[in-house]
Amino acid sequence: MDNDRIDQIIEKYHSEASYLIQVLLDIQSENHWLPKAALERVSKKLQVPYTRIQHIATFYKAFSLVPKGRHGIHICMGTACHVRGARRILDAVQDQTGIKPGETDLDLKFSLETVNCLGCCALGPVMEVDGKAHGKMTPSQSAEVLKTYE
Amino acid sequence: MAKIHTPEELESFKKDLLSRKDPTRPCISICAGAGCIASGADEVIAAFKAEIENQGLTATVDTKGTGCPGFCERGPVVVIYPEEICYLQVTAEDVPEIIEQTIKKKKVVERLLFEDPATGQKVVREPDIPFYKNQKRTLLCSNIKIDSKSIDDYLAIGGYSALNKALFDMTPEDVVEEVKKSNLRGRGGAGFPAGRKWEGSRNAEEKIKYVIVNADEGDPGAFMDRALLEGNPHSILEGLIIGGYAVGAQEGYIYVRQEYPLAVKNISLAIQQAEEYGFLGENILGSDFSFKVIVHQGAGAFVCGESTALMTALEGRVGEPRPKYIRSNIKGLWERPSVLNNVETWANVPLIINNGADWFAEVGTEGSKGTKIFSLVGKINNTGLVEVPMGISLREIIYDIGGGIPDGKKFKAVQTGGPSGGCIPEEKLDLKVGFDELTKAGSMMGSGGMIVMDEDTCMVDVARYFINFLTDESCGKCVPCREGLRQMHRILTNITQGKGKEGDLETLQELSETAIEASLCALGKSAPNPFLSTLRYFKEEYEAHIQQKRCPALSCKELIAFYIDPEKCSACGICRKKCPVDAIDGAKKTIHIIDQKKCTKCGTCLEVCPSKFAAVMKISGEPVPPPIEEEKRTLTKKQKASVQ
Amino acid sequence: MSDIQLEIDGKPVQAKEGMTLLEAAQGAGIEIPTLCHHEKLEPFGGCRLCIVEVEERGWTKLVVSCVFPVKENIVVRTRSEKIDRIRKTILELLMAHAPDSPVLLDLAKEYGADRNRFEKEASFCIHCGLCVRYCAEVKKKHAVGFVDRGIRKEISFIPEIAAKECDSCKECFPLCPTSYLQAAFVLTGSLSFPPPAQESSSEE
Repeated sequence: MDNDRIDQIIEKYHSEASYLIQVLLDIQSENHWLPKAALERVSKKLQVPYTRIQHIATFYKAFSLVPKGRHGIHICMGTACHVRGARRILDAVQDQTGIKPGETDLDLKFSLETVNCLGCCALGPVMEVDGKAHGKMTPSQSAEVLKTYE
Repeated sequence: MAKIHTPEELESFKKDLLSRKDPTRPCISICAGAGCIASGADEVIAAFKAEIENQGLTATVDTKGTGCPGFCERGPVVVIYPEEICYLQVTAEDVPEIIEQTIKKKKVVERLLFEDPATGQKVVREPDIPFYKNQKRTLLCSNIKIDSKSIDDYLAIGGYSALNKALFDMTPEDVVEEVKKSNLRGRGGAGFPAGRKWEGSRNAEEKIKYVIVNADEGDPGAFMDRALLEGNPHSILEGLIIGGYAVGAQEGYIYVRQEYPLAVKNISLAIQQAEEYGFLGENILGSDFSFKVIVHQGAGAFVCGESTALMTALEGRVGEPRPKYIRSNIKGLWERPSVLNNVETWANVPLIINNGADWFAEVGTEGSKGTKIFSLVGKINNTGLVEVPMGISLREIIYDIGGGIPDGKKFKAVQTGGPSGGCIPEEKLDLKVGFDELTKAGSMMGSGGMIVMDEDTCMVDVARYFINFLTDESCGKCVPCREGLRQMHRILTNITQGKGKEGDLETLQELSETAIEASLCALGKSAPNPFLSTLRYFKEEYEAHIQQKRCPALSCKELIAFYIDPEKCSACGICRKKCPVDAIDGAKKTIHIIDQKKCTKCGTCLEVCPSKFAAVMKISGEPVPPPIEEEKRTLTKKQKASVQ
Repeated sequence: MSDIQLEIDGKPVQAKEGMTLLEAAQGAGIEIPTLCHHEKLEPFGGCRLCIVEVEERGWTKLVVSCVFPVKENIVVRTRSEKIDRIRKTILELLMAHAPDSPVLLDLAKEYGADRNRFEKEASFCIHCGLCVRYCAEVKKKHAVGFVDRGIRKEISFIPEIAAKECDSCKECFPLCPTSYLQAAFVLTGSLSFPPPAQESSSEE
């Protein structure tokens, strides 16, 4: 991501350090990950120590310091989904994609994460791909859904 | 849209809006909340719009995507006004029939109606559906009636009249008094009296103050705040502006978790609309009060739902909680007086101002007034959001509204209060729901999550699950939480895997005491609750796991084995074909045997064995019987007949 | 600053408004164990070893004395069965990381803590934060910081800054109760420091 775009985002938030997390969220959302160069630019422009940015980028689960796949898979492991068998969906997706939560496959096609609640609890177990939630999943259905992604 | 400058202009604008509304005009309301969208509501809304246009009905029939009414299990939910006909699990394919039959011919499409699982009776009108009928939907009733993206819809149902009343008929102190009189207690978890919190900030000397909406809703299994914020964002905004006026704040913050993108979108749009209309900004409605609201997104940390951690996050830092020896309503955000309340608490405020504290206090019990929205999920027939008066019993919620446990299973426990709460067993089902009653039973109200568990749920695994969650979400600053929960998780995991030993329960109790007494924040202090409450009511399960290496609920993978009863097996072969690891040996007329070394305990064989045979069973705590001799495995005609 | 009267372990103590309980106790010669406290740094409240019992208006509660502000007429107890039990458990939890730390061993003797009670952990950092806070608040260099949260939390040197600043400073080294800091510094130095500038031919 080039410095101009980063500067634009910082200016959108009035170059105020209290908006640091919002700035990083915008960069993450556009770029799908936070390269070190981007963090260094933010540190310089917002006059904030790099240690603080590094802590924030690793403390919050929305951020990734490594490149992510084209499609993000989130499996909900919240209580309601857990009680309805979310573990089996996770196992099936791991088998299908070959990756574990936190990993990205070698083709950079899928990234897999677990999430602690998507707020669609009545439809558990829930699998979300690219922000679109799929409810009442079974292990075989989840495999079918993933096959539709390029 | 021209700004509204005075209360008189507001009244005449509303009158004009209402005069243009025809109550007899058909309106098709389709829920556009995150739950129904996940079930395909977008396609349904598009299908309705297209079909109405095709049929030339655009001038006479309205369609709108609305807020979430809470019956998410049966979504997409469609309600047709003015008759209030309610259709459930509607697909795009159903749309032409609905237009043809219900809109044009005024006839009901039977197969899309709610059917009572017990009586088989069909219900036509939304308010008559047992799930809704037994609730008191003071806060949620408006959701299905308004387009969440329309400020005019909110004004048409009386929106912003409370703000009007507060600004012009009441002083800030009057507003604080009214909220105090109502006895509104915080709906986020702690149940602290809101009026007292507001009063503390009102009286603080510091001139710059803040009011904050906690929309982090991190409790897994809870989605009440999502429905309110997505579905009726202006109601929360109005409450917040009134709170700002009462306390003397100039700025309000709404902290929304980033996992709710639709809620972020809708509340940001609502703020924009409120600014256009003049409900936010300088000199609101011509008064002396100026106020602005800023939205901050969370970034994936449950601990940021804790009030001091949330404020630290608003300052652009990691969400590490701060000691509360000086309350945050005196020294909060940026060390200034800050009133932080939950979404549902704010949503109650306009209603209290409009209808009065006495109206609010009429509902509920002595210690807990008003209604509470619970998210009723898990092993329950009617899953969704239920809004009930405080004082209703758990039994009524689970059986009358929730429709009881599916598949004929037996109720075991209901978990309330999220990861900070506890499990309540059958013997306590008649307790009247309220802050203090739930705490006395070893749980807590929390934000309102209510997860129903049946006989197949292992309570030791439930405790392990919650400790696992909290270990993952702990900020890591203090030792009792970071290290204590880590060790508790290790011990509980060992117990579920058959590696529990004497002394484990004592160690767990000591670690619990350390966490409760010495943790920095409420996350650590309440973390032992799921363990302590399951130990209190289900001690035999812990003892079975530790002493007999047995899981009574037949759930913990390492402690169960799948076994085919040779007396019942009729060699149909279905399990052998479906087994993902080829662990079942058998053939036509040969009794099937599971190879225990290959078995991964996935449970597929149990699922697919036809119920007339029911030959697969789970065994725990005793050795698997050795396989029967080869000669006995061949099924003769006589054997097969006796099995059937 | 007005004077505040309180009682600690039966002794009347005078303190100034704005002081913490720990400062008031230390001023009166009463010892309370600490790990993450340092007089040059803002109170952290992370180790929880300095918990004490406070009785205020009829209510008794446990508070962390390095952060709790002194109040008029409170009655404080720095030792009790409960306090000792909790301090013992905290020490045992920490010794799962650093069983040989001299500071922890001393305290363990006092409270009867068993260094082998819990299974050993891989990292011997006990997250007292002294290094991070000292570099940020006193030296203002921010050469070392925290990363991640919960049990995955660690300290991390910023290679570019550490390579420039640390050799001539190292003031945080004696603060570390477990010597993890020195180990982390050497590891970072050998793996991630940027290569030395071309004109200098120093061996390092």
